[in-house]
Amino acid sequence: MALAGFSSAAPKPQAASTLKSGRIAWVLLLPGLLYLAMFFLIPLVSLLITSVMTPDPSGAYGIYNYGFDLSSYQHVIVDYLPQIGRSFLYAFAATVIALLISYPLAYFVGIRLRSRPLIQKLTLTLVIAPFFISFLLRTIAWKQLFADNAPTMTFVRHLFNLDSTFHFLGTPGAVVWGLVYNFIPFMTLPLYTSLERLDLRLLEAAGDLYATPASVFRRVTLPLTMPGVISGTLLTFIPITGDYVNASRDFLGASDTSMIGNMVQADYLQNSDYPAASALSAVLMAVILIIVGIYVKRTGTEDLL
Amino acid sequence: MKEFVPAGADLELRGIRKEFPGFTAIENLDLHIPAGEFFALLGPSGCGKTTTLRIIAGLDQPTQGQVLIGGEDVTFTKPHERPVNTVFQSYALFPHMSILENVAFGLRRKQVADPLAKAAAALEMVELGHIGERRPQQLSGGQQQRVALARALVNRPSLLLLDEPLGALDLKLRRQMQIELKAIQMEVGLTFLHVTHDQEEAMDMADTVAVMNRGRIEQMGAPESLYERPKTAFVAKFLGQSNLFVAEVADSSADSLSIEVAGNRISVPKNRAEKQSGKIAIGVRPEKVEFHRSAPSASSGLNILGPGTIKDIRFTGVSNQYLIEIPNVGQITVFAQNIGISPVIELGEQVWISFKVEHAFGLQDLPVGDEE
Repeated sequence: MALAGFSSAAPKPQAASTLKSGRIAWVLLLPGLLYLAMFFLIPLVSLLITSVMTPDPSGAYGIYNYGFDLSSYQHVIVDYLPQIGRSFLYAFAATVIALLISYPLAYFVGIRLRSRPLIQKLTLTLVIAPFFISFLLRTIAWKQLFADNAPTMTFVRHLFNLDSTFHFLGTPGAVVWGLVYNFIPFMTLPLYTSLERLDLRLLEAAGDLYATPASVFRRVTLPLTMPGVISGTLLTFIPITGDYVNASRDFLGASDTSMIGNMVQADYLQNSDYPAASALSAVLMAVILIIVGIYVKRTGTEDLL
Repeated sequence: MKEFVPAGADLELRGIRKEFPGFTAIENLDLHIPAGEFFALLGPSGCGKTTTLRIIAGLDQPTQGQVLIGGEDVTFTKPHERPVNTVFQSYALFPHMSILENVAFGLRRKQVADPLAKAAAALEMVELGHIGERRPQQLSGGQQQRVALARALVNRPSLLLLDEPLGALDLKLRRQMQIELKAIQMEVGLTFLHVTHDQEEAMDMADTVAVMNRGRIEQMGAPESLYERPKTAFVAKFLGQSNLFVAEVADSSADSLSIEVAGNRISVPKNRAEKQSGKIAIGVRPEKVEFHRSAPSASSGLNILGPGTIKDIRFTGVSNQYLIEIPNVGQITVFAQNIGISPVIELGEQVWISFKVEHAFGLQDLPVGDEE
């Protein structure tokens, strides 16, 4: 617009064509916008409306009326505080462990195997291979392996000289194990993408400028692969906080390991307490937004763009 | 921590050999570069010059042989332990750091006091003091190149390696950078090893040039002596242009050798010939050749060939380049200075060429295609 003052008639046809291409862009965007409205915006509004509904005066089970009642929020925040805290604690632990496992793996595949493209692609396929089997089946398989009477546990008890009262299934350790196992590919793939694109000449230059291998990693490799670290941690942390499978009693958890997801499931499907389930979901969403916002700001991703 | 080295150190390569799966990049390379010298390693791509540089920097390990810097064997030390810095062909500036932090990187690793002030001074030296806060992506190619140079020089390495750092620059900037580089080298007195495929650049800047081909050094010496007395057909063709004549030695006197090419006698002084008998190649530089519209009178100090026809004329500004086809001899290139008094010669015209015997040189090998 500012430039328009410098020119005479020439830019006019161009302006018209920009307008036209702008219209085409909107038409092309329309299906996506409709999809977002249908499956994101409307459900979100509906969720928020449900969370402030009031119980029916008749006291009938599972019947709620439209209104503005914030007591569900009070109820979930006070009564489910342990589950909320546990969710973020487990998610934090699982994300950190997944990062510690995935970074060396992605480094190996993305950098060390660059000279062997075939092995690189095969290894990458192995990383995503678990997805070919339903994660429910895989989690049940872990349940079998962790069962108190399973030969694997007998072996572990012998190996570490533990007495027969030791059990792993149903402990926070088993839940975090399952979370790490199920979400590791979501961490590895973004890390791999960053590391695979990393310009190795920069690492050579750092070594040439007297940086020790540890210093090269800290000053060059890690900062340049931060986009991968950030997307990987977000892709694992966010879904893990809402996970309701691993922590459930039917899989690797016990009643004292339940997370937000398990509470939402119980309130919605068993107790028919729709406002509480919705309020809990809204709280989860709000806390995630705050944490992610601080995280992205603190890690300074804008420098890398 | 190590202190700054006050001046350059000498570099010695002993019997370096580097094999990659399937080929040998360097065969038995011996090289000695005295401290404070500007040394150029010149060769076509794939001749092993960059591999040599990487071995000196410690980025590659030689299959065999030793690298000594300042008399100390550094063959098995890591790059960060060597008193060597490199200006990479790709510049390899760190994109996540400011220009100033890029330059200060090496100083910080060596824990030198006041790295930012020293880095700023180094940027001033390459006349980029005002862009310290910018990012490498915001700089032009020439500016990035100067930052890469400052980033290496600020560490005052014993040996500075330059890996075709001027390759990506346009001609004008390239010229300017060549002059600046040379001035900086004289000012700081460091040993420079410059790897390039640009023969003009090598001759212009270096005290000593080594011409490398197929993993070996073909010839080494001052630029003038390499140009005036190339010893192999490769050097004669790669370093400047040459007209080569190949035949059996027909006559040998006390101080000169002669060959016969299609009825033309070509002589070379014995002390300018590497090979004294059998089939030899005699060459002459195009600017040493003159042409004439009528047959010049024979003289003992003159090699005369012709007649031939002008096949091509190129105007390059400083000189005109003529391509003259002489039957049974081949095509001869002649450069004539463009001083307005050169004979008006047109395509297809018949001419004789001549050059002084003392300008001819005899090679130790034969050009590709003429080998025995």
